[in-house]
Formats: sequence, C-alpha cells, structure tokens
Amino acid sequence: MNAPTSIVAATIFQARGLVKRYGGVTALDGTDFDLRAGEILAVIGDNGAGKSSLIKALSGAVVPDSGELRLDGEVVRFKSPIDARRHGIETVYQDLAVAPAMTIAENLFLGRELLRPGLLGKWLRIIDKKRMLEEASGHMRDLKIGIRSMKQAVGTLSGGQRQGVAVARSTAFARHVVILDEPTAALGVKEGNMVLELIRNVRDRGLPVILISHNMPHVFEIADRIHIQRLGKRVAVVDPKHISMSDTVAVMTGARDPADLPAEAKA
Amino acid sequence: MTTRFKGALPALTVLGPVFALLAAGIFFACQSDRFLSGQNFSLILQQVMVVGVIAIGQTLIILTAGIDLSCGMAMALGSVVATKFAVDYGLSPLLAVPCGMLACILIGYVNGVLVTAIRLPPFIVTLGTMNIAFAITQIYSQAQTVTGLPEAMTFFGNTFQIGSTSVTYGTVLMLALYLLTWLFLRETAPGRHVYAVGNNPEAARLTGIATGRVLVGVYMAAGLLYGIAAMLSVARMGVGDPQGGQTDNLDSITAVVLGGTSLFGGRGSIGGTLVGVLIVGVFRNGLTLMGVPSVYQILVTGVLVILAVATDQLTHKKG
Repeated sequence: MNAPTSIVAATIFQARGLVKRYGGVTALDGTDFDLRAGEILAVIGDNGAGKSSLIKALSGAVVPDSGELRLDGEVVRFKSPIDARRHGIETVYQDLAVAPAMTIAENLFLGRELLRPGLLGKWLRIIDKKRMLEEASGHMRDLKIGIRSMKQAVGTLSGGQRQGVAVARSTAFARHVVILDEPTAALGVKEGNMVLELIRNVRDRGLPVILISHNMPHVFEIADRIHIQRLGKRVAVVDPKHISMSDTVAVMTGARDPADLPAEAKA
Repeated sequence: MTTRFKGALPALTVLGPVFALLAAGIFFACQSDRFLSGQNFSLILQQVMVVGVIAIGQTLIILTAGIDLSCGMAMALGSVVATKFAVDYGLSPLLAVPCGMLACILIGYVNGVLVTAIRLPPFIVTLGTMNIAFAITQIYSQAQTVTGLPEAMTFFGNTFQIGSTSVTYGTVLMLALYLLTWLFLRETAPGRHVYAVGNNPEAARLTGIATGRVLVGVYMAAGLLYGIAAMLSVARMGVGDPQGGQTDNLDSITAVVLGGTSLFGGRGSIGGTLVGVLIVGVFRNGLTLMGVPSVYQILVTGVLVILAVATDQLTHKKG
C-alpha cells in the first residue's frame, strides 16, 4: 500500500449502526460492517462480542432493532434467511443444514429443484434428475471438490466433503455474498486445509466471502481483511499481512487499544 | 462397527423385506399346493387391500418422522358417514362417498395443524383424534352397522376375470395408488420435500421449503387415503361398520416398518410398504392354508417387526 489513492474495491455489503437487544442484554451496540468486492473478510470476536448476532443480522436470521443494511448501495431489510437468500446472500450454517439421507445432487437443489420443461414441470412439479445431476457435478468440479458420484447420500461423506456440498450449494445460488459460519471447526487438519482451498476457489470465482472463525491460523492464512468485533461494536478492521496474530488477539480481547495500532495494520 | 458392515446394512433394509417375502412364499409353496395359484394371490391382495391403502398414508406420515394412530378410526368414521348419508338421507353415492372422504381429510387436517402450528408430538395428537373419531363414529351411528347400501357403493368389491382368476377391482385401485405414490415420492419436488422434512426439518426450512405446509399436506393426503380405504372396506363388507378399523393403526405401522421405512423419518420407500403389507398377508394366508392357528401369524409378525426396527436402529442411529 504505497499510495493512499490506490483503488479500493467497491463495498458490496454494508451495515451501519446495527443494534440488537435481547431483554436487558445488548448483543449489537451500533455496529458497522463493510464487505468489499472479491475479498475474504474474516469476522472474529470473543464469546459475547456480538459476532454471531452480527452474522445473523447479515443473513436475515435476526431482524435488528435499528440500523441499516445496504447491498450494492441499496437499502435492504431481511425478515428471514429466505429473504436474504432472495437477495443473493447465501449462508452456510455451522451444522451445515444438509439432509444426510438425500443425495448430493438433491441437497444442492433442496427447495430449488430443477423441474422438467413444459407441463410436466409446471403442473406436476416433476423434477429433472438428469439436469440436477449434471449441474451438481459442474458446481462441484468448479470448486475442485473431488467427489465422483452426485447420487451418493450426503450421510456417507466425510466432514470436509459435507462442508464441500454445503459450500457448493451456497455458491451455486449466491449472486452477491457467501457467509460461512465456522466452516473448519469440526474438521481435522487435512480436511480443514481442503475447505480453506475451497474458500479461496469461491473468492477466485468472484464471490466475496464472510468467514466467521475461531481458528486464528486459518483466519490468517486466507483472510484478506479481518473485522474485529468487541462488546457489540466493530473495534477495528486489520490487514493480516501487516499485523501479528498476537496483536490481533490482544485487540479482540481488549488487552490492546486499536487506536495504538500502526497505520499499515489497519485495513 | 466396521465400515463394511455399516455399508451392508442399508442394503439390508431395502432387500431384507423382499427376501423375507420371497422366503415366506417359497416356504408356503412347499407346505401347501394351494398356495401357488392366481386365485390364492388374488385372495391375499383382496384381504390386504384396506390396510394396504391405509399403510400408504401411514408411510407418508412416518417419512416426515411422524406417526398416525387415528387412521383406523378415521376410516371407520368415513365409512359410517358415507353409508349413512347414502342410506339415511338418500344421497347419491356420488355425493355420499366424497362426504365420507371429506370427514377423513378433516381429521387429517386437524392432525396436521396440531402437529405444525402447536408443535404437539404426532403420537399424542393422533392418540387424541383417534379417540375423538371413535366416539363421533359411535355417537353418530349409535353403534349400529349401516346396511342396505346402494349397489354403486360396493363396486370396488366386485371382481373381473383374468383367465381363470377373479380379481377384485379394489385390489387394482390399491396397486394403482401405490404406483401413483411411488411416482409422487420419487419424481416430484413436493415428494422430495416430504423426505427432506423428515430427514432434517431445520435444513428443509432454511432452504426455503414451507415445512408446515408440507406437513399439513401430508396429513391431509393421508386422510384422503383413509377415505379411499373406507370405501374399499365398505365395498368388501357390504356395510358401514362403526366397529371397523380398530387394529388398522398398528397393522399399518407394522407394514410400514416391515417395509424398511425408518421411524426416525426421511428414509424408506412406498414399495417397501407394499412388500410389508404383503408379508403380513402372505403369512396370514399361508398359515391358514397349513391349518396353523392364526395366533402364530401374530407371533411371526411380532418377530419380524422387531427385526426390522433393530436393523433400522443399527443402520441409522449413528448416521
């Protein structure tokens, strides 16, 4: 970053002054949020920092008491996750929300089945299994997920492969943003690395990614910027290339004042 | 449990029932020379046609991880309503029959709404509606069998000839309903949603499936099927029987479980249920031909049910 005039990618998804209270507890205390085009933005924060409330507000699972969301500059309001999805924001939940007894292809198109052309599809709602299988393998191939048969039940897959299916489902339909909630939490080292690679592939296809993670090495390995949430607010956004992991954790836990960070650490 | 064993078990839930049916068939063919005949097969189908149609509705509900104890009583109510409307009020069978079906659909609707809107467990909801339907049936019919039906109402009890075998129309209707439900569950989006709702309701909801509507739809469709079963029962017995259907809830659950459908929901097939229905029918028929007291048929069914549920439990609990 040599010149302040360098072109910063446009902000795709933005929040200003989000507030969410549960009874007497303030989960979000006027938090801001910015996601830029083509980036992987990690969101980190201690327990109770309002990290999950922020993500829920962004994905439509929670309606904030006040504040504003903007998608591509337009003010949007999400009443449900389905609402957010209609706006092109797809979320991969920590528990993955897959149907284990159903096939990979069926899971990819769950609730959005491809129907046969003509009256068979329109009136009888007959699904187009062949096209679903073809498109499913296409999506999985794009993300370089090595699973041969789309007819396999998701329940027979490993944790990393299931994550792959969930991510493929979200990227297949996301037009704007993919939100990943702790995608590597339940995985071993090898599978975790596979999922990191997958997240890079998603970004490289042009979709910005919001990544919620507790795993600092993973965050530092793939995030372009890191949003630090503390006490219901965004306290800093840092550049992992110019800040150490320990300084980041210090800001996150309140041991260090973000105002003291060197200028190049901020992003 | 080794992976190989784990991989072998799902095949067991699919092929197990078919093997059991074939084994029973071969056994009875060896024991009685009257078993292997078109006429006897036609008889078996005719004996299971009522519980067979009820079991289709039961399968749909169990696939959503539910259960329906009210099915037999709903059927009894439907048959009493339809026959009394025709006999006492002189309504045309073309109107009386839909009225009976409507009574069954209404019970299904109440079940569905209580399960989805108030989130009561299906077991308790249908236990309640089972008793309610039974009471209404007794009060409305004054526990009297309805006789003197117009001929049109027993049409499905009539037979036609294929070669030397006489086939009951009702069994053809039953098989057609199995085929239709099979196509619905396999080939249509709403059919796949039935599986999704039973397999992981939260995932289904998050992917935008209107899970409540799917559930109410399933309970109502099951109601319609009990209505059809009611008409088959009326056709077979020639009367509206307020005491009918009292064991059909457990009999249909037995057939569904024997057919390999999981009580945890989301796994199973309608073809399996047909096999399950036939297993019970073949055992009853074969043991009767052998002159074995019918209590042994109940014994065998009990053992098979436990085998089927144990297989299901071992296969899927960890998945």
